[in-house]
Amino acid sequence: MAPEKRKDLLKQGGIWGFIVLELAFFSIAGEYWAVTDKAFMDFENMLLLLKQSAPIGIIALGMTIVMINGNIDLSVGATFALAAIVLLDSMTWPFMQNLGDWAIPLAWCFALLTGVILGAINGLIVWKTGVDAFIVTLGSMLGFRGLVFMYNGEQPTSHLNWTLVDFAEAQFLGLHTATWFLFGAAVILWLLMTKTLHGRNAYAIGNNREAAVNAGIRVGPHFLWNFMLIGFLAALSAVVFYSESGSVNPNDGMLFELWAITAVVLGGTKLTGGYGSIVSTMGGVIAIQLLRKGLGHIGADTSTVNLVIGLILIAVLFMDRQLNRKGKEELKV
Amino acid sequence: MAELTKKGIGGFLARQGILVAFVIFMVGFALANQRFLAMDNIFGVIRSSAILGVMALGVTFVVIGGNLDLSVGSMMSFSTIVVLDLHDKIGPTLAIPAMFGLTLLLGAFIGFLVGYLKLNSLIVTLGMLSAIHGLTLTWSGGKNMDIADKQGTWFSIFGQGDIVGIPMPIIIFGLLALVLGLILSKTPFGRKIYAVGGNGQAATFSGIPRARVVFFTYLVSAFCVATAGLLQASRSLGSQNTVGQGYELEVLAMVILGGASLLGGSGTILKTLIGVLIFGFIENGLLLVGLEFYVQDIVVWAVIILAVWLDIAAKRGRLWSPIA
Repeated sequence: MAPEKRKDLLKQGGIWGFIVLELAFFSIAGEYWAVTDKAFMDFENMLLLLKQSAPIGIIALGMTIVMINGNIDLSVGATFALAAIVLLDSMTWPFMQNLGDWAIPLAWCFALLTGVILGAINGLIVWKTGVDAFIVTLGSMLGFRGLVFMYNGEQPTSHLNWTLVDFAEAQFLGLHTATWFLFGAAVILWLLMTKTLHGRNAYAIGNNREAAVNAGIRVGPHFLWNFMLIGFLAALSAVVFYSESGSVNPNDGMLFELWAITAVVLGGTKLTGGYGSIVSTMGGVIAIQLLRKGLGHIGADTSTVNLVIGLILIAVLFMDRQLNRKGKEELKV
Repeated sequence: MAELTKKGIGGFLARQGILVAFVIFMVGFALANQRFLAMDNIFGVIRSSAILGVMALGVTFVVIGGNLDLSVGSMMSFSTIVVLDLHDKIGPTLAIPAMFGLTLLLGAFIGFLVGYLKLNSLIVTLGMLSAIHGLTLTWSGGKNMDIADKQGTWFSIFGQGDIVGIPMPIIIFGLLALVLGLILSKTPFGRKIYAVGGNGQAATFSGIPRARVVFFTYLVSAFCVATAGLLQASRSLGSQNTVGQGYELEVLAMVILGGASLLGGSGTILKTLIGVLIFGFIENGLLLVGLEFYVQDIVVWAVIILAVWLDIAAKRGRLWSPIA
């Protein structure tokens, strides 16, 4: 048990150690190469960092749960775009315009409902047909994107509501609205995964589906709930992001699925299911955003950011495997 | 006799469902629009499917070997940008082999990580998707790449030329499919790929070098990607850095549509070809009957899930999944 615990600590702590390393590196390197004369560890800068990591972060939280459950969702980017379009377009509907500012919460509900429905479609197909989630959501990634284009052709959908923009740009206790949403979602999901039966069952199913079935857990409904949850979170991410920007292109959200998966994997969640945590995913999300911002701070461009993130992902995978193998060898002896 | 009727037909439909769907689509579109089966239209469809099709051939190898390759899209952008850039610097005769060499190097790196280090292919190629995109941007400095003298170069023959009326991309696509199809079905190397993908452990125990086989599947994939990059560069003679973005999942969808299992060990070049053509003809057919291009995505969505579902249903002998 003891080595197991130590290994867990090393894994879960790894990402936070990495974040500290990043902070130290960019602070020191920033002294020499910074493009601005502002310090990297500037408080404002860190607040902005949290705000910017919210859109991908909220999706990554949902991805963590789906992956712990042993599935994957490649359609989140398209869900994100469709929810954004519903959000902005619904505010221009005639009956909504008569509602004044009350249209805002209603538009949010429409957008979130869109996400839940799209997630439910994925979940039902995975449950009822038994087709692998990777294939199902690969298909719906194309299909949902088709729906996005159907809605408004290749035109961007725009609607700027100043009340909404004010809300999205507001700061409460120093943190931006988007950051509150990210933290709120993280806390709720952490409680869900650690304190409830649903969370425990999700781990059990991901760990060993057959054993879970034999233990009397109904696998299908858990799949369905988790897909609805990630659909909801993808829509929530869109709500948070587009409340501020007010214009969505039909190609928005492309490759978000891959960024979210990258953050989740950096956090140590297993692709095979049964292992991972919401807290570590938060670490992964922050680490990636820190890397982007830090490299920008010392004057590197996007190309370097992409290169470094990709290589770090592979390096993490390699170290993780070494760590696991060591554990197994110890077990043999 | 009684057994042959209902079960036999159902089984046949489930096993060859994708072929049946393909025929139904073709007949339907042919009836709806006279031009659909015209020779120039068919050539047009195959020609525009050639670039994604060539990549799908390589990914078929990787998938049969039991792995995934999500890096083909950004790798294709890389080879397109590199060959265009080198074209003006060292001339097309040297640029083409240089580009193939560099792309194969990337493929070898992935093959080393997945084959010899046994890392999870999904995450490795996801990381490489990002890393190669970074490489491409570094190479081009973020700018679009264009050939200076677009009229005076013979480089355009691969994408725009033709031999006895058949467009070059079709010939290259066809030849590559033929060669790779033969390698896969007639050579020991091909059989080893199936063995490794079907049951890696059993393959290792029977003396098949799993690592080397996986390594070579990624080399094949990289070679196909380089060919696709050549076709793309030669067709447009100029390119953005993101030309292949999003192709990785579309290509994978084609391979799966053809009936390869993501678990490895199954799939053929012929089936992938059918998958590629279904994609191409659905798009073209829908355009010809007056529907927008994005309706295609929704149709493909339904077709993919139905195809895989029927395939699984035939194997387990019941339509609905046993998941409680």
